[in-house]
Amino acid sequence: MTATVTDPPSTPSCLVRHTVQTSVTIRDTFAETKAMAWRALIKMRRTPEQLVDVSFMPLMLTVLFGFMFGGAISGNTASYLPVLIPGIVAMSTISACVAAGTQLREDMNKGVFDRFRSLPIARISPLAGPMMADLVRYALAASVTITMGMIMGYRPGGGALGVAGGVLLAVITGWSLAWIFMWLGTFAKNAGSVQGMSMMIMFPLAFVSNAFVPVNTLPGWLRTLVRVSPVSHVVSALRDLMNKGAVTMQVGWALAGCAAVAAFFVPLAVRSYSRQA
Amino acid sequence: MSSRPPPGIPRPGAERARSGASAEGADLAVNAHGLVKTFGTNRAVDGIDLSVAEGEIFGILGPNGAGKTVTLRMLATLLPIDGGEARIFGYDVRTQPHAVRQLIGVTGQYASVDEDLTGRENLWLFGRLQGLSSRQAHRTADDLLEKFHLTEAADRPLSRYSGGMRRRLDLATSLITKRALVFLDEPTTGLDPRTRGQMWETIRDLVADGCTILLTTQYVDEADELADRIALFDRGRKVAEGTPGELKAQVGTSSLRVQLADRVVARAAAALAAVVAHAPPDVAPAGTGFTVALSDASQATDVLIALRQHNIDIANVTIEKPSLDEVFMTLTGHPSGTPTWGPETSEA
Repeated sequence: MTATVTDPPSTPSCLVRHTVQTSVTIRDTFAETKAMAWRALIKMRRTPEQLVDVSFMPLMLTVLFGFMFGGAISGNTASYLPVLIPGIVAMSTISACVAAGTQLREDMNKGVFDRFRSLPIARISPLAGPMMADLVRYALAASVTITMGMIMGYRPGGGALGVAGGVLLAVITGWSLAWIFMWLGTFAKNAGSVQGMSMMIMFPLAFVSNAFVPVNTLPGWLRTLVRVSPVSHVVSALRDLMNKGAVTMQVGWALAGCAAVAAFFVPLAVRSYSRQA
Repeated sequence: MSSRPPPGIPRPGAERARSGASAEGADLAVNAHGLVKTFGTNRAVDGIDLSVAEGEIFGILGPNGAGKTVTLRMLATLLPIDGGEARIFGYDVRTQPHAVRQLIGVTGQYASVDEDLTGRENLWLFGRLQGLSSRQAHRTADDLLEKFHLTEAADRPLSRYSGGMRRRLDLATSLITKRALVFLDEPTTGLDPRTRGQMWETIRDLVADGCTILLTTQYVDEADELADRIALFDRGRKVAEGTPGELKAQVGTSSLRVQLADRVVARAAAALAAVVAHAPPDVAPAGTGFTVALSDASQATDVLIALRQHNIDIANVTIEKPSLDEVFMTLTGHPSGTPTWGPETSEA
């Protein structure tokens, strides 16, 4: 071979527009991600039943937990709500992320992903696109929970700004944690197995936290576990924002936790996805 | 299996590319050596060499499980290559997949379009993903819908498309931006004859535009009809390669089929023909006639004259050319339409 590998001598005649590039620019990546997000949003609109887990689920949880545990934990429902609502917001955004993985798997098993893989697009676009669209889901889950809480008598002390901050934090949390499930989706055999694995991660993550119960009622070892859980930090941060309107240290910890999860799982998911490409 | 230099009738594109080449193999659209793909213990593709010149239609023909699709998917960067090396227009498939993806278009065996979107939405999406602006993508979508007779169905969801419409949309999607090399994996499997004919036309148009086509098929007539050169695959190996004419020549020339007016003399007549043609005849089961292979066409006259001289009356005479089917049968011991039984078929 005399020619360099990056510059073959023959330029195919059928090639009208392209000069061969070695990598995808950030701008192209963003445009591709937006196109993929558009695709996911269209699907969401066509199959509204996909939104059940971010509308009816949080609604039911709020009502059930509020009336059933309110008396036992805080004396009555009204005084439990400031503790409960931020907990349910966290819990329902976390369970909403699970769908990211199952949907990716279902998608990847379809023929259309062959085409995505055969295109000269950034490997992250087919993953980042749906993630962008899912922001709508997390915002919806958080809003439904807060609205239902307010109907039941919850009066957030943080005011409109505090609540908006809470919703924003919930959306960031959902986006970051969804990469864990996205990663599972890249290598699992089918949507069912993603669902199974996700539940095993999601339940301990959501329940081994201060989301529903005061930490001081727990046995010592569990208390330690709950205190280090990133979800606990998110729940505490949500309480600070929504109930007090205060941007506390907990908010910082929650954001740092989200950033750490994303920093770890984004490359993992993209690498696992590319390996199959 | 040694890879032969590309014979046959080179198209203008191929000619030009070959003369301008300085590096070995860089003038080739596809240049692969010793490709291997294993699934567990099963070698689905077992040392395949392929060279496809620019501007030709190259057909990979073989039964289900022969390794056609797996080979194509490896070349299209969709499956990791386990052994050997492959270059597309000089770019290494393994180490430069991003460059390769800018040169190829892939149309899969099962429609690789989005089932949940409409035809128009599919074309727009893939236009955007290939760097077109939103407006350009809309315009290209309109043009392609028109060209592929899908304008009426443009805003219908794909679930209401027929198989043929889906396949047309699939091919249209591959042509949003012109790609130098288009992979077609069984482009007409499951299509009715009319749609099949349309697909063949489209494929020929592509080549007229200067594209190179690598297609797989299990239909002998499709390979015969479309391909400049054909590689026969069986159980993960290439068993033969050449132009359709060269391959047919491998199983001898034509044969003469004679139907007799009087079936009593069939055996005697066949024996006579055997002496004249120097080949063992094949007497029809009902004794209505016989078939004999000819080493050259003029022997047909000799046989017929001999029959006349012996006062044997003839009802009908046909000269049959060998078909690719026979080539396949001769080289692999089984017809091309049937799957090769064995571990190959267990592969997904």
